[in-house]
Amino acid sequence: MSAIIKVEDLSYIYNQGMPDETVALDHVSFEVQEGEFVGVIGSTGCGKSTLITHFNGINKPTMGRIYIGGEDMWENPKEIRRFRFQVGLVFQYPEYQLFEETIYKDIAFGPTNMGLDAKEIDRRVCRAAEFCGIPASSLNKSPFELSGGQKRRVAIAGVLAMEPKILVLDEPAAGLDPEGRDMILGQIREYHKQTGSTIVLVSHSMEDIAKYADRVLVMNGGHIAMYDTTERVFARAPELLELGLSVPEVTKVFLRLRSMGLDIPTDVYTVKYAVKTILAARQQAKEGK
Amino acid sequence: MLRDITIGQHFPGTSILHTMDPRVKLILTIAYIVMLFVGSNPAGLAISIVLLMVLYTVAKIPMKMIWKSIKPILPIILFTAVLNLFFMTGTSEPIFSWWIFKIYKEGIGYAVLMSVRIVCLIVGTSLLTYTTSPIVLTDAIEQLLHPFAKLHLPVHELAMMMTIALRFIPTLIEETDKIMNAQKARGAQLDSGSLKDRIKALIPVLIPLFISAFRRADELAMAMECRCYHGGEGRTKLKQLHMRGSDIIIAIAAIVVFVAIGMSNRYFPRIG
Repeated sequence: MSAIIKVEDLSYIYNQGMPDETVALDHVSFEVQEGEFVGVIGSTGCGKSTLITHFNGINKPTMGRIYIGGEDMWENPKEIRRFRFQVGLVFQYPEYQLFEETIYKDIAFGPTNMGLDAKEIDRRVCRAAEFCGIPASSLNKSPFELSGGQKRRVAIAGVLAMEPKILVLDEPAAGLDPEGRDMILGQIREYHKQTGSTIVLVSHSMEDIAKYADRVLVMNGGHIAMYDTTERVFARAPELLELGLSVPEVTKVFLRLRSMGLDIPTDVYTVKYAVKTILAARQQAKEGK
Repeated sequence: MLRDITIGQHFPGTSILHTMDPRVKLILTIAYIVMLFVGSNPAGLAISIVLLMVLYTVAKIPMKMIWKSIKPILPIILFTAVLNLFFMTGTSEPIFSWWIFKIYKEGIGYAVLMSVRIVCLIVGTSLLTYTTSPIVLTDAIEQLLHPFAKLHLPVHELAMMMTIALRFIPTLIEETDKIMNAQKARGAQLDSGSLKDRIKALIPVLIPLFISAFRRADELAMAMECRCYHGGEGRTKLKQLHMRGSDIIIAIAAIVVFVAIGMSNRYFPRIG
């Protein structure tokens, strides 16, 4: 495995030199390995969104470097578009970016910009639509006839159609009902599994991060507060709470039980694992008797 | 880029200029603009400049803001100055002449006069918007236009439209920024490529922007109706505008200065 995203001493300052100058990112360094599923958490205004918009060159670092697949992104600023096709970025509320007459054309916007031939574009559009659960029969409909959740799936398909090596998503499930949320996140996981691409997922839902991410990056005030495997990050629950973040509900239950004097592990963050731990503890208690 | 526009920006404060009756402020600003074009002699211009400097000091607005409001119109000022410099012909001998270019004394004078006028115009009107929030300003306009309501001019509706338009400028700028980034992420060429490509690339930005503007308008209309908004008839104001003693004193002082600018034309030679 090699580092597919390497961030080196990255700083970003808004309105540099103005009275309202704000440091959004302050000397941030980390690496993401190829094929990983990284969750990014942090309270509002901690620099999460600023960080991820650096991954495909929407923001230019004030200081520091970013390497994508070992290449320095800003070595040749004229070629920045190349990186935009390698790193697919799905913004918050992506449904507001739809503009074409038909769903098909909208999904094809990215691949067309890549300069692919018609046959390849067609293949990619169909594949991305299938991935996002958009029936082939509705591809010729206007995207503006759809419901909010369906629009969002079309918008995500528009990014997936570029078949990026790295997919970065900023709260893709915000404002959706539980079913829509599970569906979209499930599809992203499916994409991750099938293509082996690297995923960076920003979310405020600790449950979602616990369920999908291998590693978790915790941001606080423009710094990286933690960057570790999911178990280890959620095991540091008191620190997370201090940062104004939360932990999955099940972890809260376990922390409470622990504070009541039960000898149970702290790194429980999924219900599945929680059930296993409880059963093991009961077994132990029985044997102890 | 879009964020650098300061014309129409409010700079909150508590100075006497901030708390003044906006109606008086508005009328005095208009009078000031008229006087700028009346006083066409060095003394008149000097008084106009000094007046602005005094007012900016009173309002405690940093000098940096003045520069910020002039910066975007700098090309216009330079263009006007250069045109006046070369195209004004005078009666005396040209001061400078080369090939077809001739510069007369009158040309220099007029170039300076026009540049100072434009700068004062912008800086003076900026002072109004710096010290008055857009909502208060439209309120003042509504009250000043109130007599015309008898002639069936929809004064209240016009003022409401203006308030809403002003309110949504920053929102729409932010929205444009977001949409541009989203399309850039899909490889749209907004910051690179030929001019033709760039114009074409605006379509994916403009369509979502219009759709979102309509959506916002719809939501706002709904929210206003939910709060029983039905136009200006019988509507009272939360904040009534009142003229105070200090407003009258400032108005009198301003009128004295304006008269001085007007009178200066008699005693000093006109420029150009």
